[in-house]
Amino acid sequence: MHAEAAHAGPVVSIKGVGKTYKSGHTALKNIDLDIRRGEIFALLGPNGAGKTTLIGIICGIVRPTSGTVTADGFDVLTDFRRAREAIGLVPQELSTDAFETVWSSVSFSRGLFGKPRDNAHIEKVLRGLSLWDKKDAKIMTLSGGMKRRVLIAKALAHEPRILFLDEPTAGVDVELRHDMWEMVRALRETGVTVILTTHYIEEAEDMADRIGVINKGELILVEDKATLMRKLGKKQLTLTLQAPLEAIPEALADLPLTLADDRHCLTYTFDTQAEETGIAALLRRLNEQGIDFKDLKSEESSLEDIFVSLVHGARA
Amino acid sequence: MNVHAIAAIYRFEMARTFRTLTQSIASPVLSTSLYFIVFGTAIGSRMGQIGGVSYGAFIIPGLIMLSLLNESISNASFGIYLPKWSGTIYELLSAPVSAIEAILGYVGAAATKSVLLGILILVTARFFVPYHIEHPFVMVGFLVLTAATFSLFGFIIGLWADDFQKLQVIPLMVVTPLTFLGGAFYSISMLPPLWQKIALFNPVVYLISGFRWSFYGVSDVSVGISLVATFGFLLACVAVVWWIFRTGWKLRS
Ligand SMILES: Nc1ncnc2c1ncn2[C@@H]1O[C@H](COP(=O)(O)OP(=O)(O)OP(=O)(O)O)[C@@H](O)[C@H]1O
Ligand SMILES: [Mg+2]
Repeated sequence: MHAEAAHAGPVVSIKGVGKTYKSGHTALKNIDLDIRRGEIFALLGPNGAGKTTLIGIICGIVRPTSGTVTADGFDVLTDFRRAREAIGLVPQELSTDAFETVWSSVSFSRGLFGKPRDNAHIEKVLRGLSLWDKKDAKIMTLSGGMKRRVLIAKALAHEPRILFLDEPTAGVDVELRHDMWEMVRALRETGVTVILTTHYIEEAEDMADRIGVINKGELILVEDKATLMRKLGKKQLTLTLQAPLEAIPEALADLPLTLADDRHCLTYTFDTQAEETGIAALLRRLNEQGIDFKDLKSEESSLEDIFVSLVHGARA
Repeated sequence: MNVHAIAAIYRFEMARTFRTLTQSIASPVLSTSLYFIVFGTAIGSRMGQIGGVSYGAFIIPGLIMLSLLNESISNASFGIYLPKWSGTIYELLSAPVSAIEAILGYVGAAATKSVLLGILILVTARFFVPYHIEHPFVMVGFLVLTAATFSLFGFIIGLWADDFQKLQVIPLMVVTPLTFLGGAFYSISMLPPLWQKIALFNPVVYLISGFRWSFYGVSDVSVGISLVATFGFLLACVAVVWWIFRTGWKLRS
C-alpha cells in the first residue's frame, strides 16, 4: 500500500481478529475495530477482558489466531517493518533494564526502531517527562512512577505516529497522572493517535474522543464518548423526605422510583434523552400522596455507571 | 536492513559486558593462569613433548577453545534470556527488527566478546610458556568461526530455555564434558584405539585439533576435515535458528 492510501483510511484497522492461546483459552473473539487518525481512543474492560492481548496483536507481541490488522495502512504481519515503525508501546508491566541509565535505555529504543541518533529529540522527550535530571541515573534507582515515565520516554523515542498506553496510570500519583494527560493531549495536537486502556473510568471520560468496551474477548461497544454519554446517560433525582416512608405507595407504583434502605430517600431515575422528564408530574403526585420532602438533588450518571451496567448486562 | 537496530543491540550487549569488566577479564585470566600453573608447570614438567611441542605450549589452543566455547554460549544465551526473564523483550518483539537483525546484534556481540577473550588468554599464556603461531590467519579464522558458531548455539539455548536451570544444563552437562574429552589436555592419539574412534564423534575434537594445527602444524585429524566439521556445525545452528524463527521465535505467544 502507498503512503497516500495509508493516510486516507483508519490509522489502525482490525478485522476479524481472534486469539486462542496455547492453553486453549480464547482471549479474543472476532474483533472488528477501526481507530481514527488523531483520536484518543480508550479501551475499557474488566480484568482479563483481552485488552492487553489486543494491543499485543497490533504491536507484534502476540500472534493472532485469525484476522488481519493494519497500522498506518500496513499489515502488521506481512509489512511488519513499516507498521511497527509507526507504533510506540508503553506496556502494562513495568519491565525495565535495571542496570541501564535512563539516557542509554531511551537512546537504545530509538535505534531499535530504526532511527538515527538524535540527542536533541531524546532530550526533548526526557524534559517533557521531567526525567532530564535523572538521565544518568540507573533505572533501578528510580521509583515506580519514574520507571513508568522511562517506559513512556522509550516509546516516544522514535517519534511514533500511534501510541499505545496500556494502563499508564496504574500506580501513578495524582500529579504525574495529570502530567501524563497533559502530555497525551499535547501529542494529539501533533497528530499522534493515542490508544489507551485504563481502569479509571473518569480518565476515559476526561480524555477520550471515543470509547470501546471489551468484555470476555468481545467488543461490546464502540461509541463517541459524547454520544455514549447522551445515549446511555440517565439522570437521577434524589428526594430527602420529611418523614420516613414504610414503602412506596401503590398509587406511585408505575413510576421508576426506589426507596433507600433508610427509608428517608426516594430516587427517581429518568432519561436525559426523553422529551418529558416527568419531574413535574412526579412532584404533583407526591403532593397528592402527602409525601413532603425537605431537599432534592439531581445527578447525571457517570461513564462508570454505564460501564458497570454494560458489563453486567453482558454477563447476565 | 534495520542497521540502526543492529548497532543498538550490539552496543547494548557490549555495554553489558563492559559493565562487568572485572568479571569478564579477571576470571578468565585467573582461571587460565591456574591451568598453566597446574598443568603447564607442575604436571607439564614431568610430561614429554607431544608432537614436538612442549606440554605447556600444547595445551594453549585447547585452553582457549575451552574458554571460547563456554563464554560464547553463556554470553549469547544470557543476552537473549535476560530480556525474556525481565520482560523487556516486549520492546524487541514490537520493534521493526527481523530475526536476522536480532541475531546479528546479539550473536555478533557475544562472538566479539569471545574473540577478545581468546586474545586475552593468548596474551596471558605468554607469561607462562613460550609458543609460536605457524598459521596466524587460519588461527584467527578458527577463532572467529568458533566464536560465531557457539554464540549462535548459545542464542538457541537462550531462546529455548524458560528457566535458569535449562540455561545452565547444556553448557554444564554437554559442552564441558565434550571439551574436556575433546583433547584440550591431551592428543587423541594417546587414547586406546577404541576410544580414538569414539572420540571422532565428538565435534569439539575437530575444533581443538584444527585450532592446534594453526599454532604448531600438528593435528589429530586433518585440518580440512576440521574446517568442514566446524562449518557443518555452524550450518546446523543456522538451520535450527531458522526453524525457531519460522515458528514465531518461541517468544511470541
Ligand atoms: N500468554 C498467555 N497464555 C495464556 N493465556 C493468556 C496469556 N496471556 C493472557 N492470557 C489470558 O487471556 C485473557 C486476556 O488477558 P489480557 O491480558 O489480554 O487481559 P486484560 O484485558 O489486559 O486484563 P487486565 O485488565 O487485567 O490487564 C486472560 O484470561 C488471560 O489469562
Ligand atoms: Mg492488561
